[in-house]
Amino acid sequence: MKRFFASRWGPIVSGAIIGVLAALLVYWGNPKNMGVCVACFERDIAGALGLHRNAATQYLRPEIIGFVLGSTIAALLFREFRPRAGSAPIARFLLGMFAMIGALVFLGCPWRALLRLAGGDLNALLALAGLATGVGIGVLLMRGGYSLGRAWPQPAVIGWLMPALMVGLLLLAIFRPVFGEGLPIFASTKGPGAAHAALAVSLVVGLVVGFLGQRSRFCTMGALRDLFLMGETHLLGGVVALLVAAFATNLILTWTTGTPYVRFSFYDQPVAHSNHFWNFAGMVLAGLAFALAGGCPGRQLFLSGEGDGDAAIFVLGMIVGAGFAHNFALAGVPDQRLETGLLKVGGPSIYGQVAVAIGLAFCLILGLTARLRSSEVQR
Amino acid sequence: MSIVVDARGLACPQPALLTRQALQRVQHGEVEVLVDTETARENCLRVAAREGWRAEVIAEGDAYRLRMKR
Repeated sequence: MKRFFASRWGPIVSGAIIGVLAALLVYWGNPKNMGVCVACFERDIAGALGLHRNAATQYLRPEIIGFVLGSTIAALLFREFRPRAGSAPIARFLLGMFAMIGALVFLGCPWRALLRLAGGDLNALLALAGLATGVGIGVLLMRGGYSLGRAWPQPAVIGWLMPALMVGLLLLAIFRPVFGEGLPIFASTKGPGAAHAALAVSLVVGLVVGFLGQRSRFCTMGALRDLFLMGETHLLGGVVALLVAAFATNLILTWTTGTPYVRFSFYDQPVAHSNHFWNFAGMVLAGLAFALAGGCPGRQLFLSGEGDGDAAIFVLGMIVGAGFAHNFALAGVPDQRLETGLLKVGGPSIYGQVAVAIGLAFCLILGLTARLRSSEVQR
Repeated sequence: MSIVVDARGLACPQPALLTRQALQRVQHGEVEVLVDTETARENCLRVAAREGWRAEVIAEGDAYRLRMKR
């Protein structure tokens, strides 16, 4: 099995299983075209903890908890649990924040971009073009010598902090304690935050995906990066498999349930806006930030599960970034169909647009100035 | 004389990229790459195979020494 996951088929089989499970999660109760979205679900967790008060996006998503813990289980079973940290944590935290802001301007991480496309949402094409552009800029910076420097081995306890944090979140999700009047673990009663599969179902799917992700190194950003940087297509198969499998599952669900799970259009798509430029630009920022941090949001969760404290910092940055994104109205607003039948096109506010510009400037400055001397790596 | 690339602690894709740069520069001889995660080991071995180099893996504590020859 160890060989299998390192082979060409590892990412392909993992991507296909993730695609099928993500599509099924919608059938089981998750928001449409959002069976799994790492950015959206971390945003919902931020909301559940009251880090933002957008009433429509608050829920402690067990999938995220499962991704980390599933990865931890796989890493322990295959002796790959390696506590490590120390590679520019402040830069990684800020990259996580800006990655989240960019993703929420579009309304989705790369996984959701693929799932939205698998549901017929053509706005995802703009997002994937933006992702490729952002990763492409990241590749140019890497060719120029960009590096955040080395991580170092850490005591075991450091590697266990993120899994422990996830166990804590799971306990909060199960027991839903109330800390005082108006101080609960928030849970949406309307909007995407209110749409979710049963806790146990979400958790088990999360654990399976986490296990597969750790074994196969599945990464949507890495797929494009390796293609641009080295002509390597190892990870790309997984991305294509996810898209194809989710699309096929959506077709089967449409056929068996009579409810449409695929509808090709730019308009009237669930939790989406058709503001083309900002769908593109938001994902340029996200893609660049993922590239500079070394992994898409899903991959960062898998890495944090196998002991990588730097990936964990990126994840925490994303969750805090989600808090800012909603507190300061940076996130894209979905399109609205008015009573008159007119479509009110959504997208980010002027503050969201400025945040994307600041994020791009931050990433470029970091990418151009953070580097490792060649004498430090070669002798 | 063999070149040693110390890619320990570096995040993806740096170990693979540094390996590729070293292999393409020296063309023939021996290149050693130090890595400390299984992912980096797999990625660097994949690069070596694609560039047409033979590679052997030597475990050294928590790290790996990848000895590449052509």
